[in-house]
Amino acid sequence: MTRELTCIICPRGCALKIELEDGKILSVSGNSCPRGEQYAKDECCNPQRTVTSTVRCEAGRMVSVKTDRPIPKDKMFDCMERINAATAKLPVHIGDVILEDVFGSRVVATGNAE
Amino acid sequence: MTELVIIGGGPAGMSAAVAAYESGVRDILILERDKKLGGILQQCIHNGFGLHKFGEELTGPEYAWKYEQKVRELEIPVKLNTMVLDITEDKVITATNEEEGIFQIQAKAIILAMGCRERSKGALNIPGSRPAGIYSAGTAQKYVNMMGYLPGKEVVILGSGDIGLIMARRMTLEGAKVHAVCELMPYSGGLIRNIEQCLNDFHIPLKLSHTVTQIHGKERLEGVTISQVDEKRRPIPGTEEYIPCDTLLLSVGLIPENELSKSAGVQMDRITGGAVVDQNRQTSVDGIFACGNVLHVHDLVDYVSEEAEIAGKSAAEYIFKKNTEKEAVRIPITTDGKIRYTVPEVITEKKDISVFFRVADVYRNVEICVYNDKNEKVFSRKKLKAAPGEMENIPLKAAAFENAQSLRFELEVK
Repeated sequence: MTRELTCIICPRGCALKIELEDGKILSVSGNSCPRGEQYAKDECCNPQRTVTSTVRCEAGRMVSVKTDRPIPKDKMFDCMERINAATAKLPVHIGDVILEDVFGSRVVATGNAE
Repeated sequence: MTELVIIGGGPAGMSAAVAAYESGVRDILILERDKKLGGILQQCIHNGFGLHKFGEELTGPEYAWKYEQKVRELEIPVKLNTMVLDITEDKVITATNEEEGIFQIQAKAIILAMGCRERSKGALNIPGSRPAGIYSAGTAQKYVNMMGYLPGKEVVILGSGDIGLIMARRMTLEGAKVHAVCELMPYSGGLIRNIEQCLNDFHIPLKLSHTVTQIHGKERLEGVTISQVDEKRRPIPGTEEYIPCDTLLLSVGLIPENELSKSAGVQMDRITGGAVVDQNRQTSVDGIFACGNVLHVHDLVDYVSEEAEIAGKSAAEYIFKKNTEKEAVRIPITTDGKIRYTVPEVITEKKDISVFFRVADVYRNVEICVYNDKNEKVFSRKKLKAAPGEMENIPLKAAAFENAQSLRFELEVK
């Protein structure tokens, strides 16, 4: 079986071709870098995405956040629920951990709020 | 007299300021109309910035913060909440803010870094009434990401530019239902990775060669009629489809914001909507430079930063009068139409340069060719695909235009 994917690792967007047999990857082609090959493998076995969103701070302000590593793709909406239930204490600095242990990642601030 | 005034404190302005400082200029002032530095990056909370420049994947605010920290470390003066009203050819800047009222600054050199704005619905001529619920994608982005408001629940997006694609994902994650992204052209204007991760991941249909032909609703948007279009972009009768929705987002292109450049008498390029510049990003007015989205709309902020570095360094050379020692040349660049434009449009110095350009349509198996005025091919590069949504750039060695009077960029399709 052949699976075709668009690599999302960088703006180049390589067209990847993956040869699969019984769920096992035989070969990856079309990638321009090793990260593309890794993406193809992950995407077939355990697709993951970084989630970016915002968290409400105490005073009603918003601060932008992200998961500090990709989480399983099918947990994106569960992750959003956790993020939307959270409130950040002011002041917030870039890199501050807002939530621990969200599907194997930490939700960290990507902006500042005073 | 201020040596260098930079109009705009977004990624272009900040990067230009840092580069000028590193080239020896100390008397720099950044004028920014918003309450903080960073420009549009502040509301671009998604990731994907900085891979080229920093080798890591950053969100917009993180990317902006890297530059803001540099600006702060170097103690480069910034006036926030300050709106520039006018620039003259003699480089007198009129600006206003709450503390100082209206004031003037005489600059030795100016860098234009005002960015761009979105094309509005007024420019689109869609029949129907004008109910609430129609936003530009960037406005919706500001509501969701900066203010914490979701503008609607049932969404249709017109235009497949990157901001529209990003907002399709963002609103979906926040609980809205995005019914479709309609694109007038037979190809998307956004990056292919964004189609994958913003639409395909959420099963949002991308309807190519489709447009909105009717807006329904009086007080609030109730729905839109979309239609397929033919190769001349005319709606095809009988293909109408009604989609109930309370929100329509427009992601239909960006326009460089050049009112100030025009008042300074800078020569404009009809295709880019930005100034005509040389390889140093100097405009037709001596000592006025332009960089970033005010010059031509970029896909990637990384290239904005790089372009701004060129402008900042060149402004420093201008201030220290290093330019006058160099041999003056003037080599205009023309294009064949398949390549729509180049930046720079003119070469005024014999040194290695990069030329940025966009193509007019989606082409496969292409060869980018550069010819001199004697019809000699001085550069060639083959590519599998070129598309309007993806800006190209090629390096040109000084030797390639050594004896040229002009250069011609052509895209040969195999």
